[in-house]
Amino acid sequence: MPDSLVIKNLNASIGERPILKDFSLTVPKGEVHAIMGPNGTGKSTLSKVLAGHPDYSVQSGSALLDGEEILGLEPDVVARAGLFLAFQYPSEIPGVTIANFIRAAIVARQAKGAPFDAKAYYAELYAKMDALKMDRKFTARFVNEGFSGGEKKRCEILQLMMLKPKYAVLDETDSGLDIDALRIVSEGVNRMRGPDTGFLVITHYQRLLEYIVPDRVHIMWDGRIVHSGGKELAIELEAKGYDWVKTELATA
Amino acid sequence: MSTLTAPAGVLDVALQSAETTQFRAQDWFAVLRQQGWHTFQSLPMPTRDDEKWRFSDARSLSLDGYAPAPEPTEALAAALIARSHFVARPAALVVHVDGHCVLRPALSPELTAQGVRFETLTDAVRHHPALLQEHLLKHSAGLGGAKFLALHQAWLRAGYVLFVPKGVEIRQPFVSVNWTSTDGAAVFPHALIIAGEHATVSIQDYHLGATADARALAISACDIHTGTGAKVSRLAVQGWGSRTQSFQVDNTCGGRDALITSVNAAVGSRRARLENTVRIDGPGADVRLYGISVATGEQEFDQRTLQIHTAGQAKSDLLFKNALLGKARTIFSGLIKVAPDAQRTDAYQTNRNLLLSPDAEADSLPGLEIEANDVKCSHGATTGQVDENELFYLRARGIPLEVAQELLAQGFLEEVIAKVEDEEGAEALRGMLSAKFHQV
Repeated sequence: MPDSLVIKNLNASIGERPILKDFSLTVPKGEVHAIMGPNGTGKSTLSKVLAGHPDYSVQSGSALLDGEEILGLEPDVVARAGLFLAFQYPSEIPGVTIANFIRAAIVARQAKGAPFDAKAYYAELYAKMDALKMDRKFTARFVNEGFSGGEKKRCEILQLMMLKPKYAVLDETDSGLDIDALRIVSEGVNRMRGPDTGFLVITHYQRLLEYIVPDRVHIMWDGRIVHSGGKELAIELEAKGYDWVKTELATA
Repeated sequence: MSTLTAPAGVLDVALQSAETTQFRAQDWFAVLRQQGWHTFQSLPMPTRDDEKWRFSDARSLSLDGYAPAPEPTEALAAALIARSHFVARPAALVVHVDGHCVLRPALSPELTAQGVRFETLTDAVRHHPALLQEHLLKHSAGLGGAKFLALHQAWLRAGYVLFVPKGVEIRQPFVSVNWTSTDGAAVFPHALIIAGEHATVSIQDYHLGATADARALAISACDIHTGTGAKVSRLAVQGWGSRTQSFQVDNTCGGRDALITSVNAAVGSRRARLENTVRIDGPGADVRLYGISVATGEQEFDQRTLQIHTAGQAKSDLLFKNALLGKARTIFSGLIKVAPDAQRTDAYQTNRNLLLSPDAEADSLPGLEIEANDVKCSHGATTGQVDENELFYLRARGIPLEVAQELLAQGFLEEVIAKVEDEEGAEALRGMLSAKFHQV
C-alpha cells in the first residue's frame, strides 16, 4: 500500500530481551490510529524502533513508509522520509534555541545550498506558536531546558506542525499534561489531520482519545496487537480495564 | 631575514637601534625592553619535565624562523581595517597589522573630555610615562611562560593603553584588532587596561591571521588593573592563522568590590598557550574567568590559570569549555590559591571538555591550595562525548549526524558565549567558533 505506514511481522529487542513479537499494523494516510495497552507491553519500543533508535535491534519484519523500507535506516533519514516521533520524554538540549533547532531540521529537508527564507520561517513559527498558546519568547529558549511537562509536549507539537511529516507517532503525549494543555495539544494535532498525514497515537489512557478522536483503536499486549476496533473500543477498554485484555483478548 | 634567536646578537643590536631612534626620550622604556631581552636570554626554554608544561608538547617549541615584519602596504592595511569592524559602533577601534599600527584610535571629544585615554602603546609611552611606569608589565609570568613574556617585553611596541578615570561609565566596547599577514611574522601585542574607581568599561581584543593558514609567532600580554568598584569586561579572541604559535599572558588585578568578567576564546593557531592569572587583592571583588575553544586538526590549546585570593570576602569563578575535533588536544591546568587571611572566599573552577572525535585528547589538572579555614572552594573537571539521547532527539527531527553533533557542541559552548555581554561580540565569536566545524 503506497499511501500507508505498513508494519509487518516486526520482531525487535533491547539487548537480549525481545519486546516486539510479530507486530503488525497498517496506518493509512489520513487516518488516526490509537494504540492502547498497559505499561511494559512494548508501545514505546515500537515508536523508538520505527524512529531508528540505536539501542534497539530488529530481528525480522518490515516497516514500509509509503512503500519505502525505513527499518535499518539512520534516524535522521527516517525522519526526512516523513516519520515524526513526538517523544514521551523529550530531551533537554542546553544552549540550542528552539528557533535554531527547528530551523536546522527544516534546512536538513531542503536541497543542499538552497536559500533559507528566514522571514517566512519566523512568520510560520510565530503563527504556530500562537495557535499552541506558546509565548513567542520561547523561540529564544533552549530546547526543553527547564520546561514544564506541558511546555515540553507543546514544543513537540510545535515541531510536528512545523515539519509536517507524512506520519506522526505520538508517544504518550498526554502524560504529564493538565486538561488545558491536553486540549491545546490535541487541537494542534486535530488541525493537522487531513488526507496528507497519518497518525499513530500511543496512550495508556482513554482520556486523550476524547480530544483526538481516533479512526481505529488497537490494543497492544506483550509485543503485538491483540485486538482492534473503532473508537468505542477505547471506551470499552476504559470500562473493563486491562485485566480484560489479559484474561480475554491475550489468550484469544 | 634575521630570526629572533640566532644569531642573538643581531636582535640585540636591532633592539638598541630601535631604542635610540624611537624612544630616545623615554629611557625607562628602553631599559624595560632591554631588561626583557636580558631576562629572555637568561631563561631556558621550557622542557617536558617542567611541571608547568605538563602534558604540553614542549619539545616542539621553537622560536626559530620568525622575525618582525615590515609595515604592510596601504592596500593591505585598508583591506584588513575593513575586516576589523566586528562592532558597528565601538567606543573606539585600533588596528595593527604585523605589529604596526594601521588605524590609530580616535576617541570622541566627549570621552576625551571625561579624561578617557585610548592610545597606542607607543603614543602612551610618550604622553603618559608616569601612568605607564606605574602599571606596565608589573607582574611576572608565574605559570611557566616567563621566557615568552620576557621576549614580549623586549619587543614591546604594538598594542594599546586604555585608561578610564574614576566614575566614567562607557557602554560601547573598545575594540582592538591585531592581524598577522607576513609569513613568519613575529608580533607582540600588548594591552594595558586601567579602570579607575567605579569606572565601567568593556574591551574586545581580536588576534587574527590575515589568511586562515598564516604562519606567525605571537606573544601577547594583557594587564588589567581595577580600582574600587570598577567594572571591566573583556573578550579576547585568539584566532591567529593555523600555522601560528601563540602565547598569551594575562594578568588581572581585582580591586575592592571590582567586577571583572573575562572571556578567552581560542580558535586559531597551531599551538596556543594561554596563561591567565587573577589576583584578588580587594575584598568584595568578583572575578569571572571564562574560556572557550573549538580545537580541530592537530591544534594544541594549552590553558593555565591561577586564581590567587589574598583578600577575604571576595569571589572568583572560572569556567573553561573546550570542544575537540580531529586529533586536537587541550590541556587545562588551573589552580586556586587562598591565602591564610583571605577568609570567606568563594572560589570555583570548572573545566568541561567535549570530545567529538575518538582521536582528540583533553587533559585536565584542577588544583586547590587553601590556607584559610572559612572558605567555599570547589573544582571539577569532566571530559565526555555528546549525550546519546540528545543526539537521537536531534536526529529524530531529520538533522544529519554531523550537523546534530555540531549543534550540540555549539549548545555546549553557548553557556560561555552567553557571558559576552556585547551582542555583536558574542555574534562574532559564535561565527568564528562555528566556522571551525566546517574546515575539517
